[in-house]
Amino acid sequence: MARRAALYAAALVAYAFLYVPLVIVVLFSFSASHLGTRWAGFTLHWYRVLLHDAAMLHAAWNSVIIALAASLAATVFGTLAALATRKYRLRFLPVLVLAPLSTPDILQGVSLLVFFVLLNVTLGLKSVMLAHISFCIAYVAIVVSSRLAGMDPSLVEAARDLGASPWKGFWLITLPLLAPGIMAGGLLAFTMSIDDFVITFFTAGAGTTTLPLRIYTMIKVAVTPEVNAVSTLLMASTLVLVLSISKLAPQALKGMG
Amino acid sequence: MALLEIRKATRRFGHFVAVREVSLEIEAGEFFTLLGPSGCGKTTLLRLIAGFDTPDEGRILLDGCDITLTPPERRPVHTIFQSYALFPHMTVADNVAFPLRMARVAHGEIRVRVAQALREVQLAGMGERLPQELSGGQKQRVAIARALIDRPRVLLLDEPLAALDLKLREQMQLELITLQRLVGITFVYVTHDQGEALALSHRIGVMNAGRIVQLGAPDAVYEFPQTRFVADFIGTCNLLEGTVRRQTGARLTLEVSGLGELAASARTPVQVGERGVLAVRPEKVRIAAQIVPAPGEVHLQGVIHDQLYLGDVTVYKVELAGGRLLEALLPNSAAGVVKFFEVGDHVDLAWRAEAALFLHD
Ligand SMILES: Nc1ncnc2c1ncn2[C@@H]1O[C@H](COP(=O)(O)OP(=O)(O)OP(=O)(O)O)[C@@H](O)[C@H]1O
Ligand SMILES: [Mg+2]
Repeated sequence: MARRAALYAAALVAYAFLYVPLVIVVLFSFSASHLGTRWAGFTLHWYRVLLHDAAMLHAAWNSVIIALAASLAATVFGTLAALATRKYRLRFLPVLVLAPLSTPDILQGVSLLVFFVLLNVTLGLKSVMLAHISFCIAYVAIVVSSRLAGMDPSLVEAARDLGASPWKGFWLITLPLLAPGIMAGGLLAFTMSIDDFVITFFTAGAGTTTLPLRIYTMIKVAVTPEVNAVSTLLMASTLVLVLSISKLAPQALKGMG
Repeated sequence: MALLEIRKATRRFGHFVAVREVSLEIEAGEFFTLLGPSGCGKTTLLRLIAGFDTPDEGRILLDGCDITLTPPERRPVHTIFQSYALFPHMTVADNVAFPLRMARVAHGEIRVRVAQALREVQLAGMGERLPQELSGGQKQRVAIARALIDRPRVLLLDEPLAALDLKLREQMQLELITLQRLVGITFVYVTHDQGEALALSHRIGVMNAGRIVQLGAPDAVYEFPQTRFVADFIGTCNLLEGTVRRQTGARLTLEVSGLGELAASARTPVQVGERGVLAVRPEKVRIAAQIVPAPGEVHLQGVIHDQLYLGDVTVYKVELAGGRLLEALLPNSAAGVVKFFEVGDHVDLAWRAEAALFLHD
């Protein structure tokens, strides 16, 4: 009994450590105080401020565009990568595809920056998109791979056996069965892209800003309640996406770094 | 001409030879079974016939046409997979309709034929269900309906009953026999269950280590195994090692150490002095407290070492001179008698010399 109580207490402390900071941010986004870290009564004022902050809206718009482009492209390439890994069973292929997951962001950011400079790519929206595509592919590939691994290989053979061409077999059997995994992978890529800071920071150049970059710029001055408000919105949308992923591909989130 | 012909097919995986120079002719309408222990290459051979894999050497002919390199979708051959491989995202009706859709049969006709096929396998009214809403036996039936709906020339079945429990398996065996007679399609059936092979097939090909080691009707394979492996693998068989001493026609005299000279018969040429085994099935061994041997019978004495009561029969393990054990089978057919012998009883054993086969080592 005592052991169990101790266990619950420990769990409570751990979860508190994880979530209390987030709760505080959400709470203070509704605070009437000008300081982002003090409570002075409920207000929606900061959300209204947010709506009229042209720079912030522009950054958000950039973030959404980048995340959409990156997740769409990564979904296609990541799915193809997962299929290829399964088909050719080369030992080094999964390593190549999944390595970005365990490479430090800062390293990816710096190396992409150097790469773009070498290739004379102008830093801006496009370079950020390219950078995001490159790290999102791995996320899609890992989710689709786990879905593929759970798929009975005799299903596609059965389709061929019963008269389907290789293309028909892919279109009628493989793709529909992978669809939840592909969707989940795409959503995961979207969340990874929309709140990426480090890689974006290195590849965005001077003129381009995204939501995380903008938030960072603002808190360099002060933690205003407006930052809390935009963070709350970002958090809420990420939460919705993660919930959809876990609904679509419950196994996809297990074993994720 | 045989419907399906396999000519010296060999399939290697690296250095490992999974199928080794297999030649086989299967007739139209035949129920043919490939029987062999796990890993002997049955599935690999079936995959060559289905077209999922191609042989490294050799040819496969259907109706006299070389189909060695024809892709699976263009062979009139269908497979029942052990996992059934029903498409989980399609209803039962859509699963069964799949081959017809691929063949671009008209919608109206598909509907009629699917309904008909589902009736034939007692699944009328279940067309709108998803595969995961079916029991194991029902999934099996859907797989069969789907594989037979466009009347293939050959149906390949890879251990289709292995996942079912015993009762259902026996029932499905009977259904499979009936079905095969009804549709007249050639079945190539894979199993490692010898009972199933004996019960179902017109002919059995016994496989071992990538080769077909014996080919024949079930009774021929059971009664007259040609090798020690076949005798041992199919049913149970007493095997006594010995040396050929004399030969007169098909009748041999074998020297078995500890037991002296025993009569046996041979169905293949034998040389005097050759070593081999004497194979006699437990149910061919007469066992009684006292036996006056008939002419031409082998007669031995022993002590009951162990008994295994199986309900309908009892298996007695009898210790012979020199400590060798021999199995004999006695049906418990006498009313009211539960046990004929106790452990330690002295018994007489006898069998007809024709029942004892000499097999080369
Ligand atoms: N794709 C493959 N790559 C390498 N080895 C293989 C491959 N497929 C089969 N083998 C090997 O070939 C041998 C025969 O396999 P196969 O599946 O044909 O056996 P089987 O007779 O069907 O056995 P079981 O009764 O266990 O199904 C096995 O030793 C297996 O390991
Ligand atoms: Mg097999």
